[in-house]
Amino acid sequence: MTSVTQPPTDQADDERGAAADDPYDRDLLPSPRGASRALLRELAGPHRARVWFAAVVLVIQQAAVQAGPLIVAMAIDRAIPALGRHDSGPLFAVAGGYVGAAIVAGVLQRTFIRVAGIVSQDVLLELRGRIFRHAQALGLDFHERYTSGRIIARATSDVEAIRELLTEGLQELLNVGLSVLFIAGVLVYLDWGLGLFALATAIPLVVSVQRFRRRSKRAYTARSAAMAAVIVRFTETMNGIRPVQAFRRESANDEAFNALNRVHRRANGDAILEMGRFTVSSWLIANTSVTLVVLWGAYRVASGSLELGVLAAFVLYLRRLYAPIDPLGMFLNSWQSAAASLDKIAGLLAQSPSVPEPSAPRALPQREAGRPGRAVAFEGVRFAYRTGGEVLPRFDLTLPAGQTIAVVGATGAGKSTLAKLLARFYDPTGGRVTLDGVDLRELAGPELRRGVVMVTQESFLFSGTVAENIALGNPDATPDEIEGAAKAIGAHDFIAALPDGYDTDVRKRGGRISAGQRQLVAFARALLADPGVLILDEATSSLDVPGERAVQRAMRTVLRGRTAVIIAHRLSTVEIADRVLVMESGRIVEDGSPAELIGGDGRFAGLHQAWEDSLV
Amino acid sequence: MRSLVRLWPYVRPVGLRLFGSACVAVVASCLSLLIPLVLKWIVDGPVARRDPSGVWLGGGLVLLLGLLEAGLFGVRRWLVARPMAGLEARMRADLYRHLQRLPVAFHDRWGSGQLLSRGTNDLQIVRMFLTFPLVFLAVNSTTILVGFGILLSQQWTLGLVLLVPAVPLVVMCAYFEARYSLAARRAQDQIGDLTTLVEESVLGIRIIKAFGRHRSQARAFRRQSHELRGTELRKAWLLADIWALITGLPDMALGAALFVGCVQVAHGSLSAGTLVAFLSTALALRWPIESIGWLLSISNESATASDRYFEVMDAAEPPETGNDEEETSGSGGIRFSGVRFRYPDAPPHSPDLLTGVDLHIRTGETMALVGATGSGKTSLTALIPRLYEATGGRITLDGADTAGMTRARLRALVSTAFEEPTLFSASVRENVLMGAEEASDADLLRALEIAQCGFVHELPQGVETQVGEQGLSLSGGQRQRLALARAVVGRPRFLVLDDPLSALDVHTEALVEAALRQVLATTTALVVAHRPSTVMLADRVALLADGRIAAVGTHRELLGISAEYRWLMSGSDGAHRAPADAEGSTAR
Repeated sequence: MTSVTQPPTDQADDERGAAADDPYDRDLLPSPRGASRALLRELAGPHRARVWFAAVVLVIQQAAVQAGPLIVAMAIDRAIPALGRHDSGPLFAVAGGYVGAAIVAGVLQRTFIRVAGIVSQDVLLELRGRIFRHAQALGLDFHERYTSGRIIARATSDVEAIRELLTEGLQELLNVGLSVLFIAGVLVYLDWGLGLFALATAIPLVVSVQRFRRRSKRAYTARSAAMAAVIVRFTETMNGIRPVQAFRRESANDEAFNALNRVHRRANGDAILEMGRFTVSSWLIANTSVTLVVLWGAYRVASGSLELGVLAAFVLYLRRLYAPIDPLGMFLNSWQSAAASLDKIAGLLAQSPSVPEPSAPRALPQREAGRPGRAVAFEGVRFAYRTGGEVLPRFDLTLPAGQTIAVVGATGAGKSTLAKLLARFYDPTGGRVTLDGVDLRELAGPELRRGVVMVTQESFLFSGTVAENIALGNPDATPDEIEGAAKAIGAHDFIAALPDGYDTDVRKRGGRISAGQRQLVAFARALLADPGVLILDEATSSLDVPGERAVQRAMRTVLRGRTAVIIAHRLSTVEIADRVLVMESGRIVEDGSPAELIGGDGRFAGLHQAWEDSLV
Repeated sequence: MRSLVRLWPYVRPVGLRLFGSACVAVVASCLSLLIPLVLKWIVDGPVARRDPSGVWLGGGLVLLLGLLEAGLFGVRRWLVARPMAGLEARMRADLYRHLQRLPVAFHDRWGSGQLLSRGTNDLQIVRMFLTFPLVFLAVNSTTILVGFGILLSQQWTLGLVLLVPAVPLVVMCAYFEARYSLAARRAQDQIGDLTTLVEESVLGIRIIKAFGRHRSQARAFRRQSHELRGTELRKAWLLADIWALITGLPDMALGAALFVGCVQVAHGSLSAGTLVAFLSTALALRWPIESIGWLLSISNESATASDRYFEVMDAAEPPETGNDEEETSGSGGIRFSGVRFRYPDAPPHSPDLLTGVDLHIRTGETMALVGATGSGKTSLTALIPRLYEATGGRITLDGADTAGMTRARLRALVSTAFEEPTLFSASVRENVLMGAEEASDADLLRALEIAQCGFVHELPQGVETQVGEQGLSLSGGQRQRLALARAVVGRPRFLVLDDPLSALDVHTEALVEAALRQVLATTTALVVAHRPSTVMLADRVALLADGRIAAVGTHRELLGISAEYRWLMSGSDGAHRAPADAEGSTAR
């Protein structure tokens, strides 16, 4: 599910032409050089002692593991001849040493996995938490451009790639590195000529590994791009199954899907073969090296310049050296994908929130009971989206405390921008927005949300019960308060009719909740929050006429004493407003009481007439 | 195990290659067991005889065996790589094909994420199982048997010493793997929960920000991620124990074998070459023994994956009961007679949603369907193209029973604009022309014109602009207008519009309505309406209440006779001032 939003394919980039230059489109965020390395240091920093301990344990453990063949060599070259002299001391020493090394290796292995487990899990915990908190702190402008799927991918599949490396591959990779060092040391110690020779045979292996890394990266990138295309097609079809079936797209879809599937099949085969090529070439190199060492070693033993036990040790060591070749390919891949994921995560974490928390927050002045409304002022506010185009050119507006204001205008007139600035979803590019004279940028989060709450058109429900969804407005609310809010807005009847009433799980069976009902829940949530300023951004668009009427009736009482900004397509809302603003191209073109404007001959009078005509 | 047997139809076409690859792997594995024997021959032969020139023959043999082993590894992979990728693709294509043809009710029950994980992760697990663990279960068992055969035949005492720990090792590995997979499954579930939380907090970011609920979300996240950490640590603990055994136990046995072996060499009952061969054979057998537990647990996992796949594949496609012989008479319009419906997943004792709908929409007529929220309007419209099957009664189109037609033909006759406008990742053109593949450019432009989709000409590439998940994101109103264009582009004989104008602003709504009237004049249409303005598109209105049609008539007639209709249209029951309402409520 999450991988739906993997980076778009290269091909898609080409097709989009100019858009390909947009880093957001290519899922690459600008991050300072070395950001991922710095992130890694920061994450591991608190565990420095444990990391060192684990490193020491691993070194000793590898020493114990790699001691085996050396002991065999001693057994053959020293203990057996000693037995011939009826001296069993050396035999007991080597056998005891072998068993002892085995025990040490086993015990230290266990210690290492445990310590490494604690460190990895703590690092992952911190990483997950950082991504989550950071994503929550980033502004809406970021969320709108980056898309939800990508953030989800960062927090899930990218973290998963790192987890796989940490828990499954890292020790193997370290082991390979350490064992190469150990074995090299021991071989040169046993016989420097043969040792250097054996090490020289490892050079082609290193070349083969390098080549594999390069080629597999290409193969795996192609495969994951192909998979992403398959996933997008699959998900879209299943989510849009109604139009798919209603418009008889099944066969055409089969064809399109098969084409994508074929691309994936080829890429998949390529990737598997690439791994095969690596394995084969590595085994060829490994087996040839063993042969050469055996040949030269045996030749020298036969001619008397080398002991038999040393040869045996060489052969055993080389088999060991090359044993992890198959998993090595796998771990190299998981190393690569973890590195790529860490880069993406670092890119996300390097984004700074566009709506930062104040460093020295101020408090709102106290309001007297029963008059919770607050005065709002837009002072010389200008606003432009980062993508360009000024939406609000220098804008001044004062809303006295307690007033209900309706904002109307065509799509794109700047109504929603006004609302988002007031809710501080964005900060203005110039000027300031104040609440009772305090700049919104100086209010800490909780204080701001006691002051301003916004109900939007989209009414997402979180998993959990209906009651929990309403209580999001005020987590301390009692069940009675929750029910009271639902009753006030006319949501109680449908909630009571659900299988478990307020305790109905909105994601479970029988929890079918229509778009209109979701909006009622959103309203109840806003009421429960009890804010000084309430913003409704097309919040009744999915309600039918009776629902909208009920909400309006409720609003008359609920809004009393509060400041309210209501944005609506439908002019019915205007009936409960004290004042109407008509917006056009980011400016207020008409401003007055509903009666004044209807009575005049401006735009609003025209709109209102058209609307009246459409009614029964 | 039975679930793995079900894979056979997919495996059969590649069975020969799979079998071949297993044989090759067995041979390769046995070759690697031969290398120590050659080593022994070298040590006991030329080396013992101090005959340097004799070494060459042995070395050549080792090289040959080594190259053969590596080559056979390659052959094995080459044999199965493409066929197995093909098998995965075939299973995925079958799944996609099947899912597209399952009833909408099935998709109501299964989220797309659930289906997707079957089409991706589960199939990958199955493919990997067939290529690797399945083959290696056979190969490693053979290798172990042959290996111990060699060890025992060389020197049975020494062989036994090595054999002793193999049995407990396999048993313990299997035991730990079982416990480990339990913990792994729990971790998987917890990751799933965590993912849901992340998804929701991103999708609901506006609400979280609007109410300043970051802290409580972060708290929930912290709690769940701590739980996950606990499970992951438990996994690490288990892993630590297994690996301690795997690392320690065989080496302890080797130590014992070394002791016994040295004594025997000293006594002359064993050659030095045999001891070397012994030790390196034992080394070669390590991986096959260690891996048995792991291979078994992967087999388990793929049995689960295969189960999950077939669970969905087993859902029956609805049988095609109809034929194309049922003739439409050319007139008669849409007629519902005693239509009943309930959702397949409705609680058992709940009443039917539709309890006998009788309604006749005359040819060329436009009927508005009005009813309270939850009265079943959308469900009723979905019955016409048989997205859901009516549980009783019949629906006829120009005299032909819809149940007697093939779905393809029925859906060619009926075109729908859904309440939720869905666009696919394709160009605007492709999205609109879904409604009629044979339509011309002129038809496309006409449909865009009717739905007031003038905005598409201002998009970067006009009608070729990519939209949907992978393309430009459009506003709700723009999507709704494109969905409307899609519904009308093919000039359908029957048109179903489910609240087609809900997301439009007043101005655009008026423009769309004016254009839509021309289309509605030439087709038989059912329009779900929430507002008076939409009702105005229709010739007559049907009021749906309590599962049946409570009243049919013109807008004005219904305002006069039905209190519920008045309530739905104006929000006030207004029984006492019905005439005033009928005059239009400008006085409000």
